[in-house]
Amino acid sequence: MAEFNAMDTAAFKGVWVFCEQREGQIQTISYQLLSEGRKLANDLGVELCGVVMGSELNEDYIKALGGYGADRVYYIDSPLLKDYTTDGYAKALCDLIMDKKPEIMLIGATNLGRDLGPRCAARLHTGLTADCTHLDVDVEKYKDFLRTTSNIDVDNTKFEENTNLKMTRPAFGGHLMATIICPRFRPQMSTVRPGVMQTQAFDEAGAAKVVVEKVTPELTADDIHVEILDIKKSAKKLVDLIGADVVVSVGRGISSDVEKGIALAEELAGVLGGVVGASRAVTDEGWLSSDHQVGQTGKTVHPRIYVALGISGAIQHVAGMQDSETIIAINKNESAPIFDVASYGIVGDLFKVVPELIKEIRAAKA
Amino acid sequence: MKAIVCVKQVPDTQGKVAVKADGTMDRAAMATITNPDDLNAVEAALQLKDETGCEVVVVTMGPPPAEGMLRELIARGADRGVLVSGREFGGSDTFATSQILAAAVNKIGVGPEDIVFCGRQAIDGDTAQVGPQIAEKLHLPQVTYVTDIKKEGNAVVVKRQLEDGYMELKVNTPCLLTCIKELNNPRYMSVSGIFECYDKPIDVFDYNTLKDDPLIETDTIGLKGSPTNVYKSFAPPVKGAGMMVEDAAQLVGILNDKHLI
Repeated sequence: MAEFNAMDTAAFKGVWVFCEQREGQIQTISYQLLSEGRKLANDLGVELCGVVMGSELNEDYIKALGGYGADRVYYIDSPLLKDYTTDGYAKALCDLIMDKKPEIMLIGATNLGRDLGPRCAARLHTGLTADCTHLDVDVEKYKDFLRTTSNIDVDNTKFEENTNLKMTRPAFGGHLMATIICPRFRPQMSTVRPGVMQTQAFDEAGAAKVVVEKVTPELTADDIHVEILDIKKSAKKLVDLIGADVVVSVGRGISSDVEKGIALAEELAGVLGGVVGASRAVTDEGWLSSDHQVGQTGKTVHPRIYVALGISGAIQHVAGMQDSETIIAINKNESAPIFDVASYGIVGDLFKVVPELIKEIRAAKA
Repeated sequence: MKAIVCVKQVPDTQGKVAVKADGTMDRAAMATITNPDDLNAVEAALQLKDETGCEVVVVTMGPPPAEGMLRELIARGADRGVLVSGREFGGSDTFATSQILAAAVNKIGVGPEDIVFCGRQAIDGDTAQVGPQIAEKLHLPQVTYVTDIKKEGNAVVVKRQLEDGYMELKVNTPCLLTCIKELNNPRYMSVSGIFECYDKPIDVFDYNTLKDDPLIETDTIGLKGSPTNVYKSFAPPVKGAGMMVEDAAQLVGILNDKHLI
């Protein structure tokens, strides 16, 4: 293997996406990242590569990565990589990075990706920016992004011209946005929050021409210091908040009659064709399971319609839903901060307003 | 055996957040708390102490006032505190921070039965990187997102949270675990603990204490040793005020007109 020096920035080329699989299934975050990575690779005029690790994976899944933009897929195949372990995955990924030297490495900020990313960045001696929500390499495109999303007077601000990856992420629970760069080290690593990037339409031609390179890692059982005893899926029904078109969320405002509040939210979600979400107050109380939670420590959603029922609108919650297309807030307290982000607001008791709303929507649809 | 817990003092983002005129956070104007996930990590260590009688050492990197937080954690039951503080450490990103904390943990010493605990993430940076980076630099196996811990001889059996379930893992000590709120309910300070906490030792590790560790080089710590830099920071735009409507009928009328339903 060639000598690896993270500071020899000129030696690095190409955009890579870690394509996470669980139980043989490629995770949807991988398609979101490939779609985003495609744009970056086009701007840089370089190849987009997917990296998938596993054992006896379905070849169709691997080919499909080409349909979302990958020019090449490195398939690291080993029985030791069947299920995720930090040790096995970090070694296999870092060894390949040291060999091939990509300039950008994107990883989904899932529970596994947030375990793998920092371990690899520390080993490679490079920078990692967590939970990014926007990526640019081109300065002009970055300026266009700032024009619509910031308070910066773009035309009277000096921008250093470079093709460093500009990784934008919320800090302090969304109070501040920071664009981070990693100018002196490679690869430039970034984890990206699931649900933030849009997936491009599947392209048959891309899937047909993708180059798949099978890699056999130098990995032995002794490299892995953690033993997997069991992997269990939770028995409860999963809530697909991220993919939902409509989300009806409940907050502490349902506390006077929790059961009825949840039932109303479910009924409203039913007529709108959506799912039920919740603020952290609700999941902390155990009124709904934590997979319903929207916000900084829960999921980020951007549905077509987001309905906030009895949610005050703490910044931690707003961080996870502020990009929804239309936000409807119903709250008793007219000074609740949720009204600052709502497209439409009704001041009133949700137990009275929601049944009327359900009735009106049914009538409108009839 | 020992349980070493890395903790951070953070601004209370649940409270009022103060922003300066230039758009940066006004940390001085905000109340500070112990990072919530770190309290779960301290509690996990204290439960291990209840079970095995092990020593619990709490470590933080921060300015001198962070000593107060260490005293509070001693009042909850920790045996001693280590404050890592020095001008040379300022401006560190997660890479440089983990470099310094790993050196501090090395100085405390990790024995064959020891466990290093961290919180999953700090609420000010939200990166969840420092724990795994310390583990890498100390060559320890790691398990993140831990929701259950059972000590079994020289190993621990832990549950690691996934989005749709959990993994059960066995890992030999020494190891590093990052803890989340589902793991436990942190205990309060006891009255006797508060009385005694001022008599318990707090060691201060400055640059000179740690400089002999190979992890501590001028280009691996502080601002200079941080691979990442801030390119620009800005406040997100305030959304234009929405429209307040009178009742459900008016709302549905608007949604209908806009073809939203």
